[in-house]
Amino acid sequence: MLDIALKISLTLVMIALVLNAYRLTVGPGLPDRILALDTMYVNSIALIVLLGLWLGTKTYFEAALLIAMLGFISTVAVCKYLLRGDIIE
Amino acid sequence: MTLFVFLEALISLFLIAGGAFIFIGSLGMTHLRDFYMRLHGPTKATTMGIGCTLIASMLYFGVLDNEPVVQEMLITLFLFITAPVSAHLLAKTGLHLRLRHVDKTRGRPVELHPEEVGETPIPHPAQGHEPVTHERTPLREPAADRRD
Repeated sequence: MLDIALKISLTLVMIALVLNAYRLTVGPGLPDRILALDTMYVNSIALIVLLGLWLGTKTYFEAALLIAMLGFISTVAVCKYLLRGDIIE
Repeated sequence: MTLFVFLEALISLFLIAGGAFIFIGSLGMTHLRDFYMRLHGPTKATTMGIGCTLIASMLYFGVLDNEPVVQEMLITLFLFITAPVSAHLLAKTGLHLRLRHVDKTRGRPVELHPEEVGETPIPHPAQGHEPVTHERTPLREPAADRRD
């Protein structure tokens, strides 16, 4: 039962990543692309957690934590650049 | 034995719910017509979905290793703190860049404060700083006004 649920969840997350890549490619504005990139970060964290469940190891969760921090910081930096024309004033 | 079957069903339910929420959030981000509408999907549904996935992982490893799980707690805390902040910044960026919106979107950018939708950013608008130039505050008083 867990295997089937894991496969279904992995498939849904992969389709979500493909949709995010579509919005990242054709997004009409710059904030759309930033939003797509931020969602891709979150979805890749979900993918890493599912991979850890699949392999039965907790090794990759530190990588997920690192990706979460880097995603937030990069989103804030790019938004700040678009808002104020500078990152650190 | 029955407890393990129940736990497996619970973990499977959380996994499928998490995957479905993540998929619905990304579908909303792809399918909706407006940036302000598209902002709703990832910031709410995807955060909910990854919360469900991390709860499933916490249950699984907590039962399997029989020790407290710290890393999933940290990931959950960090994501749930940072998701509203990045959504707020993205919405402010969209308002500042005056993105196009459909007529159904409520709330026009002109209803906001002028410094939030200005063409150029004003330095520290909350403190009421006037731009200091030599025209407004001349360095020396004019000679005609000086009383001898």
